[in-house]
Amino acid sequence: MLGFSDPWIAAGYLLCLLATALCVVYGAINWNNGDEPPPTDEDAKWAEEKERIDDSL
Amino acid sequence: MNVFVLAIVAVIYVTAIGYLGYLGYRRTHTSADYLVAGRQTHPFVMALSYGAAFISTSAIVGFGGAAAMYGMGILWLVFLNILMGIFVAFVVLGARTRRMGRRLQAQTFPELLGRRFQSRFLQGASALIIVVFMPLYAAAVLIGAARYLEATLMPGYFEVAVILFSLVIAVYVVVGGLKGVMYTDALQGSIMFIGMVIMLFYAYGHCGGVLEAHRQLEALPDEVRAEAALLLPRIRDAVPAEVDDAEAVDWFIAAMGRLESAPEGGDDPDELAPVAAKLAAQPELADAPALINRAVTMQFERDGWRGWARMPAPGSNQFYVLVTSIILGVGIGVIGQPQLAVRFMTVRSTRELNRAVLVGGVFILVMTAVAYIVGNLSNLWFVDETRGGLLSLAKADRNIDSIIPLFVKDALPSWFGVLFMLALLSAAVSTLSSQFHTIGAAIGRDFFEHGLGAGDGRRHTVLVTRVGIIVAILATVVLAFQLPAGIVATATAMFFGLCAAAFIPAYIGGLYWRRMNRAGALASVLTGFGASFLWIMFVQMPKGRLPALMANGLLGRPTVLPDPVLGIQWCWTESIVVALPVSAFAAVVVSLLTRPDPKDHIAHCFDGAAPRKGR
Repeated sequence: MLGFSDPWIAAGYLLCLLATALCVVYGAINWNNGDEPPPTDEDAKWAEEKERIDDSL
Repeated sequence: MNVFVLAIVAVIYVTAIGYLGYLGYRRTHTSADYLVAGRQTHPFVMALSYGAAFISTSAIVGFGGAAAMYGMGILWLVFLNILMGIFVAFVVLGARTRRMGRRLQAQTFPELLGRRFQSRFLQGASALIIVVFMPLYAAAVLIGAARYLEATLMPGYFEVAVILFSLVIAVYVVVGGLKGVMYTDALQGSIMFIGMVIMLFYAYGHCGGVLEAHRQLEALPDEVRAEAALLLPRIRDAVPAEVDDAEAVDWFIAAMGRLESAPEGGDDPDELAPVAAKLAAQPELADAPALINRAVTMQFERDGWRGWARMPAPGSNQFYVLVTSIILGVGIGVIGQPQLAVRFMTVRSTRELNRAVLVGGVFILVMTAVAYIVGNLSNLWFVDETRGGLLSLAKADRNIDSIIPLFVKDALPSWFGVLFMLALLSAAVSTLSSQFHTIGAAIGRDFFEHGLGAGDGRRHTVLVTRVGIIVAILATVVLAFQLPAGIVATATAMFFGLCAAAFIPAYIGGLYWRRMNRAGALASVLTGFGASFLWIMFVQMPKGRLPALMANGLLGRPTVLPDPVLGIQWCWTESIVVALPVSAFAAVVVSLLTRPDPKDHIAHCFDGAAPRKGR
């Protein structure tokens, strides 16, 4: 298959393509799904803290 | 290389990067901007920047080169990279990491573990593991970039390339790096993406198509043997009569190798004398591509290699290295990578994660699968008589890290080679600076401030962080000089395996298992790290050949487990295979045997319930 006589190699090659297909299909179906809450106080506090650390680095 | 082309492409590239960096910087001034900017960032840009940090030079240069030796079996790593590094990481772990990270106000990976399990010791200990061992991985990336620079611009000056590149990194890190790096990362990612696609077309096109290329690859070992056999009439009289004609050429090649290591003939001067005389009479034999290539495949075969289109023989040295180090070590280890896990906390929403799965899956496929396929096909490219007739490993002077750079330089149009080089090198800069950033945060915030409970005044933390980063850069440069050639893939696998055993059970358990408690997490991180460390120091022989790091010095032998136990050759097995189960076992058993963590804390972590005051 695919020009390979070793089934393990052909399987590896195919699984790469299948795993990518899984990601593409999942991403396409859920393109607009997933929570998107407005930034909370927690988020803002988190981001401020992150900014402070980044600056100090 | 044409200096004029180089200059023009470099100027255009630097201008574009500068403009994008400015754009990103202008758009993100405050933390609120930072949060909102994410909503406007196209998921394409986000996923590409994640991918550019994930892949970097070590995957393309180091593992692409390794593929030229291990063969197409390395595609199993691509499968795991996509399945674990993208699908499982984003879909299963990403959203929870993000939610829990925000609830616990965790900024770094050690901090996430430390706060989930309410242990400053755990935070400090995890940070220390990162600080001490991350330079090994950083050195792998640095070597990959320097090899590329060496092959493209300054052949033979690897050391100069390392120093030059380190100076660029040092300046970049000291100046603070560009703030809005997402756009620049995305541009680098796009250039590399297009570059890889073009490279794939070149490589397959040169061989006459996909199926034809695979068939040629499958036939190549036999061709190498047949080409060498054509030289039989010229060398037959130097080979003892009792050696069959069929084995005579291999015998002669092995004798050449023995003469090379012992010019006087070693223990067997009589047997080797005719070979030495033959080589003196026909010096061109030593440089005959047919013999050099056969010497390469003979060396592979000794380790269990069966061709580029076949898996190595089960139980052989190559089989263990390919399956346990490269495929499992890196393929599973990616989940426990602190600098990647922390990215989920910076993502704005689960929706961005979902979208990134699509882009990331395709990106990783194209970057890694193409690098590995091209690594394999580079053998067919270089073995062509018009290009010197040598297999990739011989063409690269037996240094696998030079194979991909040589191929890019040789196969692609020169203007594109320059652009590709710049993208690859600047991706290495951003990967390295994020590695040093991770080290800096680990040493300053996690270890010094929280682990030791010191440095409440910010001045001390900043100072410790800076000194830590400088020491880490120096350690990385020293390692880059000290590590043996062709080490990029091995060093990467070692670091990934170590992180996997130390962090994965505590990380996944912390996210998904309410019963997992502080004692379980501590036991898991310490046993996982301890088991990996001891394994790497005393049992595992890197690449299946080099002595285990400390066994030789302390015990005077290459490994403490030279013989198979239970049918498994442990000294060729990567630490992750042993240490990850041990660490997971410790996590489960110790958690179940000790008291659960306080209920209100668990509720806060998992459900977002407000923690009770005075906790």
